[in-house]
Amino acid sequence: MNTHFLTWGPIQISIANLVIIGIGLALFALAIALPFPKGRKRP
Amino acid sequence: MTSHVEHASTWTGRLRDRFFGALPPDKLLPEEQPAYVASWIYVFGVATIAALAFVIGSGLVLTLEGPLWYHSSSVGHYVNSVHLWSVELFFLFMVVHLWGKFWMAAWRGRRAATWITGAICFLASVGTAFTGYVMQTNFDAQWISTQAKDGLNSVGIGAWFNVLDLGQMLLFHVALLPLVLGGITVWHVLLVRKHGVVPPIDAREEETTS
Repeated sequence: MNTHFLTWGPIQISIANLVIIGIGLALFALAIALPFPKGRKRP
Repeated sequence: MTSHVEHASTWTGRLRDRFFGALPPDKLLPEEQPAYVASWIYVFGVATIAALAFVIGSGLVLTLEGPLWYHSSSVGHYVNSVHLWSVELFFLFMVVHLWGKFWMAAWRGRRAATWITGAICFLASVGTAFTGYVMQTNFDAQWISTQAKDGLNSVGIGAWFNVLDLGQMLLFHVALLPLVLGGITVWHVLLVRKHGVVPPIDAREEETTS
């Protein structure tokens, strides 16, 4: 299997892991920024 | 009717009084939450629990059918993949939940135990996932375990956490660690119920009562 890595000094990370971290950060930012839908009013 | 709160003389009575004193039914299963909980950042804790339910459900099917099935049949591959991807989502949701709670300083207001049990859940999950990697019964598992043994031996725990012992790793993964993780997760959720969801740092006093 051909796994691609990014290397920066002593730090080495696979592209797949970097993408997962990026998705996590994006989810976090969206969860803060996006409005939450209003629930139905209780009688 | 006599009140049992003052008169419990048995350990079962004292345990009942203590449990329902801290968690009366309307606190254990509330119907409403404070207004500030209406934010997506509060969804990730329960999303983590939902992913955990999928992890446990798919894991039970894998346990019932065994390695020959999940390595060789198409349905087995599918359930194996459900197990893997629900774990991936479990960690993704848990990390976003952790970031959210960290930046809220969610240990405020006597919630230290909630924070600590969450941290222990995270560490136990890492251990459980790791034992899952080393008990796959394939070359991937062999590679990971032979690499990991040196790290674990170097910190002196190789005799108790022997990654080359498939039997130990299997039992850690399907019995010991799920019980530990499940127990601490229940404790964590009960603490959230007991102390309530942490209010935003700048919330006024009247907004923080649920």
